[in-house]
Amino acid sequence: MFNFILRRIAVVIPTFLGITVLAFALIHMIPGDPVLVMVGERRLDPEFYRQAMQRLGLDQPLYMQYLHYLQKLVSGNLGESLVTHEPVMAEFLKLFPATVELSICAMLFAAVTGLAAGIVAANRRGTAVDHVVMGSALTGYSMPIFWWGLVLIMLFSVHLGWTPVSGRIDLEFDIPAVTGFMLIDTLLSGEEGAFASALSHLILPAIVLGTIPMAVIARMTRSSMLEVLREDYIRTARAKGLSPVRVVVVHALRNALVPVVTVIGLQVGTLLAGAVLTETIFSWPGIGKWLIDSISRRDYPVVQGGILLVATLIILVNLLVDILYGVINPRIRHAR
Amino acid sequence: MTTPVQSANTAVAPEMAAASYSYPSPLAEFWASFRANRGASAALVFMAFMVIAALFAPWLAPHDPIEQHRDILLLSPAWTAQGQWSFLLGTDELGRDILSRLMHGARVSMTIGLVSVVLSLLPGIVLGLVSAFYPKAVGTAIMRAMDIMMALPSLLLAVAIVAVLGPGLTNTMIAIAVVSLPSYVRLTRASAMSELGRDYVIAARLAGAGKLRLMFNTVLPNCMAPVIVQATLGFSSAILDAAALGFLGLGAQPPLPEWGTMLASARDYIESAWWVVTMPGITILFNVVALNLMGDGLRDALDPKLKKLA
Repeated sequence: MFNFILRRIAVVIPTFLGITVLAFALIHMIPGDPVLVMVGERRLDPEFYRQAMQRLGLDQPLYMQYLHYLQKLVSGNLGESLVTHEPVMAEFLKLFPATVELSICAMLFAAVTGLAAGIVAANRRGTAVDHVVMGSALTGYSMPIFWWGLVLIMLFSVHLGWTPVSGRIDLEFDIPAVTGFMLIDTLLSGEEGAFASALSHLILPAIVLGTIPMAVIARMTRSSMLEVLREDYIRTARAKGLSPVRVVVVHALRNALVPVVTVIGLQVGTLLAGAVLTETIFSWPGIGKWLIDSISRRDYPVVQGGILLVATLIILVNLLVDILYGVINPRIRHAR
Repeated sequence: MTTPVQSANTAVAPEMAAASYSYPSPLAEFWASFRANRGASAALVFMAFMVIAALFAPWLAPHDPIEQHRDILLLSPAWTAQGQWSFLLGTDELGRDILSRLMHGARVSMTIGLVSVVLSLLPGIVLGLVSAFYPKAVGTAIMRAMDIMMALPSLLLAVAIVAVLGPGLTNTMIAIAVVSLPSYVRLTRASAMSELGRDYVIAARLAGAGKLRLMFNTVLPNCMAPVIVQATLGFSSAILDAAALGFLGLGAQPPLPEWGTMLASARDYIESAWWVVTMPGITILFNVVALNLMGDGLRDALDPKLKKLA
């Protein structure tokens, strides 16, 4: 087991180094001189220009610059935002919980509805129910979620007035950030109605963000369930006279879940990419909106640092899924 | 290698050839199998209409896509109380005919899909074949590079690329092409690797075929099935990603009638004009669904082995 984990980590390290090269190159591929970009298009004193280049380390050869960049990364220094002059890392950590909260709720929604739909479809194979579920899954899978968000806002916020249009909580509440997760913080604060407000803000974005993972999970559950239902031990269980529900939930589901768990893990990338769109639509103050805002403000250190952090996150989660999969399924562990 | 079996096969071959008149040609077989899939056939018809709309948009569209009818801003669709039949799907906030914009938008989206698929398909196939034929240093290096690109979700990587190159239609196509490269490389490599050990490849090699001939004439045609399927799915994700970039303001720029860009400006009319929001989104959704259905149909028709994985 220990060897297996070490082997997995060894595979990840070059990928991570590659990501740092990519992030480093990102800044250097921006057309134009970085110093000129920073001070604007004004006429420059050549002496000032030389000093700025030296201060930024831009007069050194490229590989030295990269090594300096790596050195700074190791100490957690991702540079400063050109707009707020705050460290990129600090901004990321401040906004990150909002994205995590949204993603977890989206994943919960996706897993619960996707699993249920997949199980029902597999057990009613070929019926109208199956066709409806698979049709919805195809639609969900193909959904332009930025439009889906707008439609849901139009329906539930504007026409029915059930949910707020944007943000994380009503402005009247001033919730101290303890954990950074609004749902938990509102409960801790004990303010009346704060939790309900946070929940009503969260529900639409979570549905929007969870739509594609839900469709993927529903498809995967169905096909994996169909596979398992053909097995001999299911026939045995049925022959023993067990109730159909027990056969499906206890005997079949447990084995059908193994590939589904992997798929859930692999959806983290989809979630973070979807967060960019979902957060933009709902003005959700997370890292997705932060990245897009920084791009339009040409705040390159934030773009560079943010992309590096998001990629690192995805690599780590995928590593975790790999290792967990090895724990669940020993065959993987010993495969080369 | 397996000489006895091979010679046995060649001995049987003339009989097989004599009997083959009763078998359909591969193309006819593929077509029959594709047509048996109702969803895929419907999708094909829909896409045919879209292609016609895109190709002939300047002649078919009732209005100029960027002409502003200043006296009828935000006109609702024709079937509603205030609607006019000359503006079937209504007009947007600048009085432009939405149907005409969608039809011209089809040109933009089809172009993005086509160009970005070709731009990533061709280098993807070459890189995939090279990494299959030279698995040691070169192959490993290529696959590592692809792993790095896959570490970021495609939309985020596309956003990063556009952030560097600047927004616009051309850069959107480049970004999407770069982003979808790894899937073609991996797919080509995987199927080329499994073909490399086959007898016909070894036979061709023994017959003295050069590396290039082996790659492109011997192995590649037998790897094309999954790549074609992937290209169809790549087309649909290109349309989706391009629309997302346009929505974020990083893709095609107004007044170009790109579907995603149309939605970006529609956000302000969510309370007053539902059709401005609804129409472009439904168009994107229908196209992506149709392309995905076609991809599924192609996969089942080209490669029955993959059917189970659906």
